[in-house]
Amino acid sequence: MAYPDDLRYSKEHEWVRMDGSRATIGITGYAADELGDVVFVELPEVGATLTQFGTFGVVESVKAVSDLYAPISGEVVEVNEALRDAPELLNADAYGEGWIAKVELTDTDQLDGLMDAAAYAEATA
Amino acid sequence: MSVAEAPRSNASGRGAAFSGPNAGDDLTVVEPLIFERSRAERRAVRFPRPSERARAAGDGQPQLPASVLRAQAPRLPEVSELDMLRHFNRLARLNMAIDLNFYPLGSCTMKYNPKVNEWAARLPGLAESHPLDPQALNQGSLELMWLLAELLKEISGFEAVSLQPAAGAHGELTGMLMTRAYHGAHGEGEQRMKVLVPDSAHGTNPATATMVGYQTVTIRSNERGGIDLEALRSALGPDVAALMITNPSTLGIFEDQIDQVLAAVREAGAIAYMDGANLNAILGRFRPGQVGFDIMHFNLHKTFSTPHGGGGPGAGPVGVSERMEPFLPAPMPVLIDGDAAEVRANAWAGRSTAGARFALNDARPQSIGKVRSLYGNFGMFVRAYTYIRSNGDAGLRTISEDAVLAANYLRVKLHDVYDLPYDRLSKHEVVFSGRRQKREHGVTTLDIAKAILDHGIHPPTIYFPLIVEEALMVEPTETESLETLDHFVDVMREIAELAASDPAAMKRAPVTTPVGRLDETAAARRPDLRYVFPDEGDVPDAPSMAPAREAPTT
Amino acid sequence: MTYSPHTDADRARMLDAVGVASVEDLFADIPAGVRAGAWAVPPPLVEQEVRAELARLAGRNRIAEVSFLGAGAYRHLIPSVVGEVIGRSEFATSYTPYQPEVSQGTLQSIYEFQSLICELTDMEVATASHYDGATATAEAAMMACRLTRRSRVAVSAGVNPDYRRVLETYCAGPGIEVVIVPVDLAEGGDGTTDPAAVADLQEVACLIAAQPNYYGQLEPMRELADATHATGAQFVAVVEPTSLALLEAPGTYGADIVAAEGQPLGIPINFGGPYVGLMAARMASVRQMPGRLVGATRDAQGRKGYVLTLQAREQHIRREKAASNICTNQALMALAATAYLIAVGPNGLREVAELSMTQARQLAGALESAGLAERRFGGASRPAVARRRPPAARRHATLAERGIVAGHVLERAEPMLRDTLLLAATELTTDDDIACLVAALEETR
Repeated sequence: MAYPDDLRYSKEHEWVRMDGSRATIGITGYAADELGDVVFVELPEVGATLTQFGTFGVVESVKAVSDLYAPISGEVVEVNEALRDAPELLNADAYGEGWIAKVELTDTDQLDGLMDAAAYAEATA
Repeated sequence: MSVAEAPRSNASGRGAAFSGPNAGDDLTVVEPLIFERSRAERRAVRFPRPSERARAAGDGQPQLPASVLRAQAPRLPEVSELDMLRHFNRLARLNMAIDLNFYPLGSCTMKYNPKVNEWAARLPGLAESHPLDPQALNQGSLELMWLLAELLKEISGFEAVSLQPAAGAHGELTGMLMTRAYHGAHGEGEQRMKVLVPDSAHGTNPATATMVGYQTVTIRSNERGGIDLEALRSALGPDVAALMITNPSTLGIFEDQIDQVLAAVREAGAIAYMDGANLNAILGRFRPGQVGFDIMHFNLHKTFSTPHGGGGPGAGPVGVSERMEPFLPAPMPVLIDGDAAEVRANAWAGRSTAGARFALNDARPQSIGKVRSLYGNFGMFVRAYTYIRSNGDAGLRTISEDAVLAANYLRVKLHDVYDLPYDRLSKHEVVFSGRRQKREHGVTTLDIAKAILDHGIHPPTIYFPLIVEEALMVEPTETESLETLDHFVDVMREIAELAASDPAAMKRAPVTTPVGRLDETAAARRPDLRYVFPDEGDVPDAPSMAPAREAPTT
Repeated sequence: MTYSPHTDADRARMLDAVGVASVEDLFADIPAGVRAGAWAVPPPLVEQEVRAELARLAGRNRIAEVSFLGAGAYRHLIPSVVGEVIGRSEFATSYTPYQPEVSQGTLQSIYEFQSLICELTDMEVATASHYDGATATAEAAMMACRLTRRSRVAVSAGVNPDYRRVLETYCAGPGIEVVIVPVDLAEGGDGTTDPAAVADLQEVACLIAAQPNYYGQLEPMRELADATHATGAQFVAVVEPTSLALLEAPGTYGADIVAAEGQPLGIPINFGGPYVGLMAARMASVRQMPGRLVGATRDAQGRKGYVLTLQAREQHIRREKAASNICTNQALMALAATAYLIAVGPNGLREVAELSMTQARQLAGALESAGLAERRFGGASRPAVARRRPPAARRHATLAERGIVAGHVLERAEPMLRDTLLLAATELTTDDDIACLVAALEETR
């Protein structure tokens, strides 16, 4: 499976896309495939504070459920409202329309602890 | 109205598992909802009119104020009795059931449910007995409960039994609440907050631990399918409240280090809880109360043949050791006048017990309280008591012997075609893996289960226990004949061949059932959970945003 | 008498296939030190013998000839057709519909049950069933805690004391505090919950109130709901299902969660069980509901079918994070309730409710006009009424010896209600029953 080069990845299968101090986060295509058809995403609230590696939501398929672990710490400034009615976006476009939240980072150093695409590909091989 | 029909199978001459009223492919509804058959003012049951005397006598009594009255009557269906009966009879024919089909659903003990049990449960003297009647009127019901508890004590080796819990998971809840009460009474309530659960456990075990505020710690299994003693010992400590263990395990394997497991738990000051779901394997062979377990729940609907009812009612009595007895739910049926040994002897011999008096004892100061209203699923007690008395000592032993023999027979007859991750002596069930079929032919365990349906057999439990890849958990029970077992072997071998020769056919299965594989993803994404009347407006959706799900703790 | 089909020859063939010499070898994995010793289980009985034993026990019960006992379990007519439906082997001897293709009978009937309960309660979603009314109430309280993230629950003292005991037991585990909101039981009081008392509740997840309440009184449900919502809490209504033919539905007066005992809907008294717990709620809360749910869907050929759905809430998937541990519930009893509601229909259910109330009014009127008892509380009530005439407990016992059960003695559980009996009438209560009670009380005056 191919992973976009411009993202950072956590071992809990979340990705981070940086834009200044703002990060967009989501789950990887690998995670979406493992879960199967996603039927429900429990989104964080705007204004919520995320702690790196802490849980911030839930994603459900018909036969499985998984917590979402924040790949970085920060404050949620936007969530992907489209997922409320179309959770299948996580399967269809994990790195694009299937994004989950946008976060204002508190500590950009945390990114150094995450994997690049090659390392993540190796970890999930 | 005609109904849709599944395409007839053409593979290997298999017959249709169902011969329901299927004709034609034009419509897509197998049986309309009863609401769709409703016609205004059509009636089934009618009730008497109040007498003049009744109206007159109540004249001065207050009336219901208009402010509490319902504006619109509930739109219940209006149908004739025959319409309704046919509706349910047609629905019934869409089900598989023990009385029609081999049903080797692992961990559920789908044995024959003897009909004399049903006769007993319908005796008016029992079925019409009111739980709050003065106890002088209830001596038969109380005696039956007392006798059943005596039998369950004898079978399990425990000191006391409460019949109150309504199901196995409810028995677990009762057991964990008692565990909390026990540690609380010993000044360790705040300290012992962890419950150890093997990775092969039923999902109810960790869910129960959470319900009482405990944190679950998962203990891995060893390569032989037993609990890993080293992992257990390192997890045990002064912060552990209990170990919950299923024995035989969900792999159908007896925990052959059980003495060391119990010793380690005892040494750590924790409670040893046994999930009794698999008691059918060990009747007369292993009595958990006798060897150091503190608590066990029974599943009367598994071991003791009360009907599963499409998902209940069950009954989940708990047996306990002496030190846990004070914490059992209240009230308890007790013998207040008479000698216990003499009452038992008379009852076992069919002699009168008329001199004995029974009561419900609610004076249990350390009790966890009540876990359900009144005293439990009494109708299930009647059936289980009938069943245990019918079988008696020899019969109960035969049950386990034949159940274990059948499981082992299927093990040796099928282990060359399906992988057996733990290929050793089975107890009442055997867990195969469909991983070979998946790896070699892309056929999953789900496909295998669906193919089994086309043979008129209910599939085994699938994808459980979680530690077995592509699990197929087979529990034949003691009531299936050798011919049935051999037929199942033939079917499973034929399916293994089909998986190799025509995997695509497996993906299409089932083809003889009233409906084919259903779209569960669509069902979960856009839940349709009730009938919507034609004149109803917008129906609210489930929200995509759910609030916190953790149970609050203080 | 066993139900094993095996002949000795069958067993020999199977043992041979397994490769062991005797059945003992199949249990060789049980360590010698923990093997069972002797037990004192009695010998087997053949059908004739076991029938005699069960008939002996049934014969030790005395079924009251005349009874006004309710207090949570009510005698109603169970139409014959209901017994016919739940007696079908295909319903009675199947299990949880894990394989929907061969369980459409169970699944569709549960969907119909959910639909009927929603209609009766005016709620948006109902579960497949719970153990009984008490555990449904306790689970509703836990659900309210999850929804509000609060850990105290308030319950009206007008809720059945048995339910309150179960609630306390359930709440003790996770350390949820239970606050009792009193009802006015004083002489001259109306036996209901005061909405003003609700406003003072701090940080509670819910208020639980019953309609009609345990004492047969009508609670001001709308005012209680409004007062509860003002505190940010959920309003949990515990209702009696036949009364909903006449009384305003909980969804209409603002209930967030409804819990109920379904026993009056076609289920025998059975010494307390099996019964069926009903639970209904708003669709917005569905993911916090405990228990099973059935939903409609389609197969690849476009045929409509039903499946267990939203299962990710449940223990077999979510394990320690599940909304509840409930697994086996009361499906066959839910089927009885389904068949009952369809058999009686809207008109029949209204007739049951009206006749029950008419007979309760006749009972009250007959006792009062004979000077034998007086109503303990003012206000309208159905179908249970409280009566008072000393010494109630002793007279209750005297009547029981004659096969007449004059309701339930309340003073054991509630000392403020000395000399008070809780009497119930249903459509099965005859004019003669009432005359019989009056005559018996006259004789023991």
